[in-house]
Amino acid sequence: MPYTIPNVLVTTDWVAQHAADAGVRVVEVDVDTAAYDQGHAPGAVGWNWTSDLCDTLIRDIVPMKKLEELLGRSGIDNKTTIVLYGDNNNWFAAWAFWQLKIYGHDDVRIMDGGRKKWLAEGRELSTDKPAAAAKTYKATGPDMSLRAFLPEVQAAVKSKSASLVDVRSPQEFTGEILAPPGLPETCQRGGHIPGAKSIPWAKACNDDGTFKSFEELKSLYEAQGITADKPVIAYCRIGERSSHTWFVLKYLLGFQKVTNYDGSWTEWGNLVGAAVEKP
Amino acid sequence: MKPEEYSRRRAEVGGWAIEIETYRLGDVYHTTIYNADPGARFARADGSTKEEAEERALEKASKYLAQTRRF
Repeated sequence: MPYTIPNVLVTTDWVAQHAADAGVRVVEVDVDTAAYDQGHAPGAVGWNWTSDLCDTLIRDIVPMKKLEELLGRSGIDNKTTIVLYGDNNNWFAAWAFWQLKIYGHDDVRIMDGGRKKWLAEGRELSTDKPAAAAKTYKATGPDMSLRAFLPEVQAAVKSKSASLVDVRSPQEFTGEILAPPGLPETCQRGGHIPGAKSIPWAKACNDDGTFKSFEELKSLYEAQGITADKPVIAYCRIGERSSHTWFVLKYLLGFQKVTNYDGSWTEWGNLVGAAVEKP
Repeated sequence: MKPEEYSRRRAEVGGWAIEIETYRLGDVYHTTIYNADPGARFARADGSTKEEAEERALEKASKYLAQTRRF
């Protein structure tokens, strides 16, 4: 069975053939902000998640005006097909996808397999930064039905009105570690939000970084009681891994009510007095 | 240019499972180290040989992993 919205994914072959097409803009967004400069798919623009895709003063997603400027100088208008890809199996490509949907961009796609697959296939890399003719972009929204804030999560925990999916590693979920191994600790307490199910984001991917099939994904979530008939809130540590799971649930499996709680564990695990579950 | 000699393998450092990715671009070998779970990159280094790039990256990885506490 095909994904619910199959055209949100493109293959590495497709990108190699269409990256230079008029009306298409390929964008690389990596966890490793130096990776783009090392070499990227020819014609791809690079976005930095730490500066381009957030508010750098307060903790928040990118403000609308800033996004409009970013898209405009990237040569993107409202009709452009944006193809996102990145390292870590598209963590921050999914983060960018989520924000572009919040601001109403119609045609956004993800290159299945991301940077990992592109490299493994030995495809061409360029260090040239494409000179894009600036365009005018007008965002809409923001559509906050795609995003969960703390009060909604607290209400959902209390009323059990939504399924919570913790997409971090099992060791983060149990509180054995406070951050992924090798990375700085960014919370005061370990554990998870009461009632959350542990379904690590990576279980949605094959070894080559591509997404698993519709049937495999459906089984993965159903096995934990996560079904489309109940709203779902996904969270991780800072919201990027959970945007990956949000993408899977909403676009590949077709869940109608799924939100990304980008405050995630760095918010919940630092709250004074917040309930924490530790198995 | 194209990435060549791409490799990705699992290893263990300080009791933590990691993945080591290395490839050559021109004359430079690039190594990136990820924790095996959740798969986050946390160390990288370059070198003129594969061994040199991996050794440098592993040195950084060992330092960072030593700071990860278990509760």
